[in-house]
Amino acid sequence: MSNAVSALNHASYQGFALVEEMGLQGMITLRGDFADATFQKAVKDVCGQDIPGQREVTVADGKGVAWMSPDELLVLVPYSDSASAAMDLAEALKGTHALAANVSDARVVIRVKGENAREVIAKIAPVDLSVASFQPGQIRRTRLAQVAAAFWMSGEDEFTIVAFRSVADYVFNLLKTSAIKGSEVGYL
Amino acid sequence: MSTRLSNTGRLVNRSAVKNFTFNGKKMQGYEGDTLASALLANDQMLVGRSFKYHRPRGIVASGGEEPNALVNMGEGARFEPNQRTTTTELFDGLTCTSQNHWPSLEFDVGVANNYVARFLPAGFYYKTFMAPRAAWKHVFEPIIRQSAGLGKAPKEMDVDRYEHFYAFEDVVVVGGGIAGLQAAKAAADSGAQVMLMEQTTDWGGRAPVDGAVIDGKPADQWIDETVAALEAMENVTLRTRMMGAGVYDHGYITGYERVADHTPGDGRPRHRLWRIRAKQIVTATGAIERPLSFAGNDIPGVMLASAVRDYVVNYGVSIGEKTVVVTNNDDGYRTAIALVEAGLQVPMVVDARSEVEGELPNKARDLGIRVEAGKAIGKVKGGKRVTGVGICLQNGEGGALEEVKCDAVAMAGGWSPVVHLWSHCGGKLIWDETQAHFRPDANRAPTGANGEAFVLTAGIANGDMGTTEALASGDAAGKAAAKAAGHKASRKAAPKADVVAENAMAPVWIMPQNAGPDLRMKMWLDYQNDVKVSDVQLAAREGYESVEHTKRYTTLGMATDQGKLSNINGLAILADSLNAEIPQVGTTTFRPPYTPISMASIAGEARGEIFQPLRKTPMHDWIENNGAHFEPVGHWRRPYAYLQDGETVEEAVKREVKNTRRKLGLLDASTLGKIIVKGPDAGKFMDMMYTNMMSTLKVGKCRYGLMCNENGFLSDDGVVARMDEDTWLCHTTSGGADRIHGWMEEWLQTEWWDWDVYVANVTEQYAQVAVVGPNARKVLEKLGGMDVTKGSLPFMEWAEGQIGGFDTRVFRISFSGELSYEIAVPASQGRAFWDALMEAGEEFGVQPYGTECLHIMRAEKGFIMIGDETDGTIIPQDLGLNWAISKKKEDFLGKRAQERTFMTNPDRWKLVGLETLDGSVLPDGAYAIKEGDNDNGQRNMEGRVTSTYHSPTLGRGIAMGIIHNGPDRMGEVIEFGKVDGTMVKAKIVDQVFFDKNGEKQDV
Repeated sequence: MSNAVSALNHASYQGFALVEEMGLQGMITLRGDFADATFQKAVKDVCGQDIPGQREVTVADGKGVAWMSPDELLVLVPYSDSASAAMDLAEALKGTHALAANVSDARVVIRVKGENAREVIAKIAPVDLSVASFQPGQIRRTRLAQVAAAFWMSGEDEFTIVAFRSVADYVFNLLKTSAIKGSEVGYL
Repeated sequence: MSTRLSNTGRLVNRSAVKNFTFNGKKMQGYEGDTLASALLANDQMLVGRSFKYHRPRGIVASGGEEPNALVNMGEGARFEPNQRTTTTELFDGLTCTSQNHWPSLEFDVGVANNYVARFLPAGFYYKTFMAPRAAWKHVFEPIIRQSAGLGKAPKEMDVDRYEHFYAFEDVVVVGGGIAGLQAAKAAADSGAQVMLMEQTTDWGGRAPVDGAVIDGKPADQWIDETVAALEAMENVTLRTRMMGAGVYDHGYITGYERVADHTPGDGRPRHRLWRIRAKQIVTATGAIERPLSFAGNDIPGVMLASAVRDYVVNYGVSIGEKTVVVTNNDDGYRTAIALVEAGLQVPMVVDARSEVEGELPNKARDLGIRVEAGKAIGKVKGGKRVTGVGICLQNGEGGALEEVKCDAVAMAGGWSPVVHLWSHCGGKLIWDETQAHFRPDANRAPTGANGEAFVLTAGIANGDMGTTEALASGDAAGKAAAKAAGHKASRKAAPKADVVAENAMAPVWIMPQNAGPDLRMKMWLDYQNDVKVSDVQLAAREGYESVEHTKRYTTLGMATDQGKLSNINGLAILADSLNAEIPQVGTTTFRPPYTPISMASIAGEARGEIFQPLRKTPMHDWIENNGAHFEPVGHWRRPYAYLQDGETVEEAVKREVKNTRRKLGLLDASTLGKIIVKGPDAGKFMDMMYTNMMSTLKVGKCRYGLMCNENGFLSDDGVVARMDEDTWLCHTTSGGADRIHGWMEEWLQTEWWDWDVYVANVTEQYAQVAVVGPNARKVLEKLGGMDVTKGSLPFMEWAEGQIGGFDTRVFRISFSGELSYEIAVPASQGRAFWDALMEAGEEFGVQPYGTECLHIMRAEKGFIMIGDETDGTIIPQDLGLNWAISKKKEDFLGKRAQERTFMTNPDRWKLVGLETLDGSVLPDGAYAIKEGDNDNGQRNMEGRVTSTYHSPTLGRGIAMGIIHNGPDRMGEVIEFGKVDGTMVKAKIVDQVFFDKNGEKQDV
């Protein structure tokens, strides 16, 4: 819909890494039984991916799925498709115990990109971000300073961060502060 | 005088001059200097005044243990008090001033305390609390307040940035001396991921100063080679200017990195607090030399022997031309030798031991130094500077045998391992008789979750005093740590050092042994807090047997240095006074941080606009730009009222109420919690969570519900809508969304894990607007779309459809008593929807309204508010909400608790409405006063006000309150106490003040 505006309307900041809001991303919270074949098929049909392993994420061409907990996934689809995708999932899972909720508008998506992007995150998230421990394909549900967030590496030197929409300003300013030139740590 | 030498100073770069000022006086030092060494090079020995007696204080140490040399650093927005000169790197343009004196450092009026010291003994502070009672308030407190505190408080906002950093390591080694370097090397050679941190700028610790020879090479060379080897390893991180501040459970260790203290304003963060998870921690934190207790040991010019040596060897600074060394061990001779080798005079080494025949004393004798065995310093002469010492027998009473002229005294009282980090998380200590110190007990190390040790210790910090032993324990600790972290220990051998044989030290805690009271009250233990030998002895006489009590009574070790120099000496004196062994008396508790760290580093990035997350709805910007007077609601900022030109807040609120009741108001209700509950067992679950029957709610209908905790008390309320056969949508209070979501998950995960229910918090998915007032339907019909007439969408129902082209979900619910639609749209379209309503509503008199208007309208209708009518002790029955408590249900959370006798007691205060007879507004929280007094002589009370407002609709004050037997006393007039002591009369009435039959909301 043309009226839809993301929380920060594509704000960006260039520090020792680039911080930019990515606009609207379709997201569906999907809860259910991962072992159930109907559930597996429904996920595959809506985003083209298999159910990821613990703390893993697979994304391709704006579609994908992230592991959130033993019974919760985050399905990624283009924003314009999110309402219909949620309904498709609900329809496909009818008769099984599952919950599909469109949460596309409840979120802000921010990307941090640059050679030292790992250090921007490591200042505010209690996560092992060493090259040996964290690579594309993995996701962490954690906190950024004082708020909940999830992130994954969407490329080499690139992080995609998902947080709640209401704290979009806070998260953006937090990342901006962490990325101020001169505050490189030289550790990761 | 103290001065710069021309031939020594391994750490200073004489080609880089740094200018600085002390108390406005221009001085010069070199790159590599600490502020302390630079001050000493400029003959600035006197740097401050002590806390209690304002005695002159000089630099006494060369590291983090320094108790005296604290200064006010910097100016304006970079001003910071109590900065330790011995750990401050000199930089160009540094400015500092001395502390705790008035009017000047040289002439301090407060020194008068020194002359009445006899009347300010240990426990003086506590004794002032006692009789006469009035004296504390009128005499002691004003005096103590006036003289308390060291540095000045900053006046401007700090301009620097601070940050945290999270790191994960196999092995963290604290301390970059030779033991730490070898530990890091051994762990890294074993394949572990290693971090080595050193609090100073330089690697190697004391070894080069003490002339160690490792693998046949001078220590400096071995250190350079080892550091180079570590730097070349991929699995090693080396950080200088980083102190191991604290060790915590689960291998958590904090590192305090002073990134830019020495380069202020260069754009880097000033401090970085590292929060590190380590599988293993090795503390190679070295040791601190102890002072000796002799009369006048606090006079400027008396310094630790190791510090005197450091200043000569590292910085090329001599403390005096003639230095008397006083010692109870062989190590003190290193200072005498270093001084003579630097061309300075050592008139005498005073050794408390009766026999002195070690390798080092003999070398000193060979250099022509006079060594006096079995002797002591009876008294130091001088005021603001040492002028000489009186020599006496150690086993005598202090009768002077001889006076020796000197301008410095170097005291060597033995070494105490730095056991702080070992002890932070429960590591225990053992008393080492030979070294007369506490050292870590490897058999009682801090243990992790698996019961295994996660802290190891190495080098002098472990009591391994010889160079070879220190290297060997470093090597062993490094390998053991790597092994415990899951690697295979390297088989490389530890380096070897040349052995210097040292004879046993003598534990000398007081000098001379039989000193009388006059001498003992001039023997300082704690220099900063002015605690003397006589004070600890007095405490013991007054019955303070516990070391922790003595600490607090005397303030021993309570200064900013936390007793790094004084604790062991003080506790030895206490043990002696109690006729106990030192280990029986024990130490005080070691707590993080090791030395003070900046408060700002703890706050990290959390300041200014990111001090705290501020939650914003999609309409926040509009609200901010349209006169909002905000109030905090949880982390949200909600508009209390929207102020128009020239309006007061009260006027705006009044206008909003009238406009909403007469025309049309818009409320941003996006903050309301929205939680989906779905599943085959969702109905059963809903019936447990709410007091009402929710399972029978028809699809398409809404019902107001109450949630109680297991103790029966009201916890949250809101409207529940049945979405489909197995899905409910629960609205919670604005502040309650996350809490209630967590509450539901907790029950599902811990108690009813076998129920098929999923919940999801979708609060932020929707922007929600309450469209309220007689014109509400008109504006929606103007926008066009779904049918919102009474016939299609009656009160307490909901429907989905389009309004003005927006996908909406519309709830016919009312918290105001007016015709009201609460309309949810996707959050990303919230602002556009709000704009559309404002535009379309113009002809209907639309105005936004804030939370106070919401509150008044709900109070006019007698609706309760969680947090006003409830405070965690209120059950629904207290509020007359029995209609919302299902009697058919077998169980719900709170049901059994509400049946307890205390809850069913008819004497519980119950909700009613209150109207003042004079129409005034009752004070919030005011108590209803009853005749007579209670057992404590206080007036009896029979109720209190829970909500109170001026009602613009009724033109008078209205209130709700809980009153004893309230509902049975309709029409009765009772009295409420006001803050000014007067009373106000109010009549008990029904709490619904407006539109009792609810006709307005149901049109």
